[in-house]
Amino acid sequence: MEGKVIIGPKAVIECTEDIPCNPCMTCCAKHAISLDGDSINSLPVLDDEKCNGCGICVASCPGMAIFVVDVNEGTVALPYEFIPIPEEGQEIDATDRQGKFVCKGIVQKIMYTDKFDHTNVVTIKIPKEYVNDVRGMKIIKEGV
Amino acid sequence: MIYNTQVAIIGAGPAGLSAAIEIAKDGGQVMVFDENDRPGGQLFKQIHKFFGSEHHGAGIRGFRFGEKMLEDCRNLGVDIRLNTVVYGMFPDNELGIVENGKSHTVKAERIIVATGATEKPLAFPGWDLPGVMGAGAAQTMMNINRVQPGNRIVMIGSGNVGLVVSYQLLQAGMDVVALVEGLPKVNGYDVHANKLKRQGVPFYMSHTIVEAKGNGKVEEVVIAEVGPRFAVKEGTEKVIKADTVCLAVGLMPSLELLRMSGAAFTHIPAMGGYVPMHSKNMQTTNSGIYVAGDVAGIEEASTAMEEGKLAGIAVCKELGILDEADALKREAEVNERISELRIGSHGEKRREAKDEIIRRYDSWKEK
Repeated sequence: MEGKVIIGPKAVIECTEDIPCNPCMTCCAKHAISLDGDSINSLPVLDDEKCNGCGICVASCPGMAIFVVDVNEGTVALPYEFIPIPEEGQEIDATDRQGKFVCKGIVQKIMYTDKFDHTNVVTIKIPKEYVNDVRGMKIIKEGV
Repeated sequence: MIYNTQVAIIGAGPAGLSAAIEIAKDGGQVMVFDENDRPGGQLFKQIHKFFGSEHHGAGIRGFRFGEKMLEDCRNLGVDIRLNTVVYGMFPDNELGIVENGKSHTVKAERIIVATGATEKPLAFPGWDLPGVMGAGAAQTMMNINRVQPGNRIVMIGSGNVGLVVSYQLLQAGMDVVALVEGLPKVNGYDVHANKLKRQGVPFYMSHTIVEAKGNGKVEEVVIAEVGPRFAVKEGTEKVIKADTVCLAVGLMPSLELLRMSGAAFTHIPAMGGYVPMHSKNMQTTNSGIYVAGDVAGIEEASTAMEEGKLAGIAVCKELGILDEADALKREAEVNERISELRIGSHGEKRREAKDEIIRRYDSWKEK
């Protein structure tokens, strides 16, 4: 990615292990995700020219390992399977891959269709410098 | 009373139901027996999305496979007997069952044993305190009976069962205060582990449980680091406040009935210990008796459903319900899907272990 200008939201695939799985590839209407080999076992790769950051793959990945990041806007879209589901405009704690607090964020958008089957795609807005660290969010409990 | 059926299937889990559907759709007569009050085995507890490809139903939550199979069974008129214990397997394909408190005999032309698996225990001081349970038991409590097993959970074991159940405990509003693994590395899928890490669950690798303490119930859990051969390193003990210990230290095939049938077993650690020797068509060394799913070696629900189909096809072929060419074609389709599920750094070990079971069956047959 270095030296390349990225415009708009793009999928970030954090799938690191060869398990036989490919819904990310089959769900993408833009055919932006392919497998890095002939086997269903191969790791997915993103063609960021084709990816429009729609976020369908975020909900489709059974491993919840795909995010959509917009480095210029400072947004991260995450798969979210907890209740309560946050509301748009709500302030949340943005957390990293270890669940540690990174910064405050605002829920910008919640995308959900029946096809997602209880996986909400929550887009949070955070300071740009944290887009590569933030991979989760926690609802701020009142009175804590 | 004596029931006569072409095929008797023991266990209405993913393997048993899938076998029943395969046979019933070809017009075979099937009876399925299950000791539980609802069918589906462990499938209805599986609220996470399954891996695989489109033709495995990837991305679909486990319990939805159960719903679909029950619907298929209803449409095909499969006779599922619930609350029915199969207590014995006798010569000439006879089963002893207890249904509604009455004992009956089942005479079947073929039997498919799909009895699943049992959680392995782990003994430590305090393991008999209320609050210590199998991870599967905790999963049944929350996902079937809608009861929280506790508030602060220590999970022992980082295989997929430990990881998936831990995540579901979080989803059900509990705290997983420690995930303890004897090995230096996570045993299950990284993506499952990463979901927990993102929620801040502390992972204790190369650790084991030393003791569960409390007055009449679990109140504290002592864990410690382990060195070579899992020996506890003195002085590394940590005390964790918790009210529940979930054990996810592996599964073993539920073989009790098969042992009565006289089928031969072989020991394959990667498959959970003793497993019935079986052919690639799931036939045991006792002709007429087939196996499918975890009882034939511990794997996953997706492979169990495919094995159920293999057993179903083989039985249909033998009974003349399905002609040779059709059977071969369908077997090939199923085998292709299964082989796709047994690849990768995790799946490869299972494929090797399965191949070894079949090799041992083949060499038994030659003798």
